[in-house]
Amino acid sequence: MVNLKVDLAGIELDNPIIPASGTFGYGYEFAELYDINMLGTFSFKGTTKDPRFGNPTPRIAECERGMINAVGLQNPGVEKVISEELPKLRKCFHKKVMANVSGFSVEDYAYTCARLDPIEDIGWFEVNVSCPNVHGGGMSFGTSPEAAAEVTRAVKAVTTKPVFIKLSPNVTDIVSIAKACEEAGADGISLINTLLGMRIDLRTKKPIIANKMGGFSGPAIFPVAVRMVYQVASAVKIPVIGMGGVSTAEDVIEMMMAGAVAVEVGAENLVDPFACKKIIERLPAVCEKYGIKSLTDIIGCARD
Amino acid sequence: MKQVIFEIKSNELIARSVYKMVLRGDTSEITGSGQFVNIKLDGFYLRRPISVCDSEDGELTLIYKVVGKGTEKMSEMKIGETLDILTGLGNGYDTSVSGDKPLLVGGGVGVPPLYKLAKKLISEGKNVSVILGFNTKDEVFYESEFAALGASVTVTTVDGTMGVKGFVTNALDGIDYTYFYTCGPEPMLKALYNASVTGGQFSFEERMGCGFGACMGCSCKTVTGNKRICKEGPVLNKEDIIW
Repeated sequence: MVNLKVDLAGIELDNPIIPASGTFGYGYEFAELYDINMLGTFSFKGTTKDPRFGNPTPRIAECERGMINAVGLQNPGVEKVISEELPKLRKCFHKKVMANVSGFSVEDYAYTCARLDPIEDIGWFEVNVSCPNVHGGGMSFGTSPEAAAEVTRAVKAVTTKPVFIKLSPNVTDIVSIAKACEEAGADGISLINTLLGMRIDLRTKKPIIANKMGGFSGPAIFPVAVRMVYQVASAVKIPVIGMGGVSTAEDVIEMMMAGAVAVEVGAENLVDPFACKKIIERLPAVCEKYGIKSLTDIIGCARD
Repeated sequence: MKQVIFEIKSNELIARSVYKMVLRGDTSEITGSGQFVNIKLDGFYLRRPISVCDSEDGELTLIYKVVGKGTEKMSEMKIGETLDILTGLGNGYDTSVSGDKPLLVGGGVGVPPLYKLAKKLISEGKNVSVILGFNTKDEVFYESEFAALGASVTVTTVDGTMGVKGFVTNALDGIDYTYFYTCGPEPMLKALYNASVTGGQFSFEERMGCGFGACMGCSCKTVTGNKRICKEGPVLNKEDIIW
């Protein structure tokens, strides 16, 4: 009997599988396909203070072993998430959910987290610092250790729930940003967000995506994600959630060996809506194949 | 939505770059006309959304145009090969509001979903007119299939090599209709929006990520709020559309 349970910042998960934000909506639509209570948890659609339509279409471009998206954080805004989305989720999901939050100013982040904090169903915050800082010249919060730390402090001040900061890989030194978040009080780090990418249509001679650039995800980015999870998990003492191109149970194990205590699955949910279910069902057999009795034993085992 | 493995029964060229693929498998999830399926192809990351031309008793008919590498790969597939398909996607057309003389207007590969719709409307005892628009004669398909259902069919070609010369809107005069349903390229939809005199339903296309509502890749703004083309669409009511 393989033990799949892991501890995520003080809350036990039945298994380490977490559908990533933006690929699973607010969960209830996937509950029509399978019992989502089998998941470790899931990270709900990135939520902002105000409703957002997001970017113009086309928002999607295909790549070799992956895709680019520029959805632009479409969401109904925190008030509607509280009044409409979470009550629907509550009917079909009986575990703690991870609240993914985005903002365009430090105050935005704090506001949205403060509004969500009283909701009992929320177990963790996952704070996406890949958004542009409108007061900081449009540079993303996640590209500077100081800005990432400022967001971390602002969110920590309004909640007692564990706060994971979700880092962008589009930086020179991700370790320094992770360490800055840790010093600012983050309870964990999740990485990686998408890699900035672009495709051009040979017929129109223009970018496929209306926003020109977008976030590259899918199996093609998996090695980059493993490398960054390994680097960050080696440098911080707080737990790390690994993600980026995970599509199989083997990938989950590899990500955990790199240092992840839990693993998010993103783009794969979009090409196979049953991806997380299949990964969870296959995990015990794959663990047995590699002589793994308990998943917690392998976390970070790739390090010297 | 259901994930189903289908077996290819036939896959043949029926007009210039246009193929008809008939598959065998569980079609129970396809409940209406105007819905689509999303097809996984070996070697491609994203699925290919293709509208349902017809589905009945475990037989699925798809008509697709080769426009890129994915559809090219589909065109090379052989009888007996299998495909992983998500079925029953999208809202589909609502036939309850058609009145007794519905008009169906299709342009190019916008024609296929109207076939299942025509079958449905005719089975409901309605008097169906169809306008099928193409660029040229070599691209024309399914005019006799619609006629065989009992619909009154008008073909238009832009170059005048078959039927009425011009666009689908050139064939509107003289057709008495109570409501209309359409699918085709966006300029055609827009022209019809402006030229039509009744209410109608429009089927839209958009680049999709998942095809089942998860990624928000195909959202559009409508009078009644944001909609996902893959989930609350692809069919939108005329009065909801914001161009």
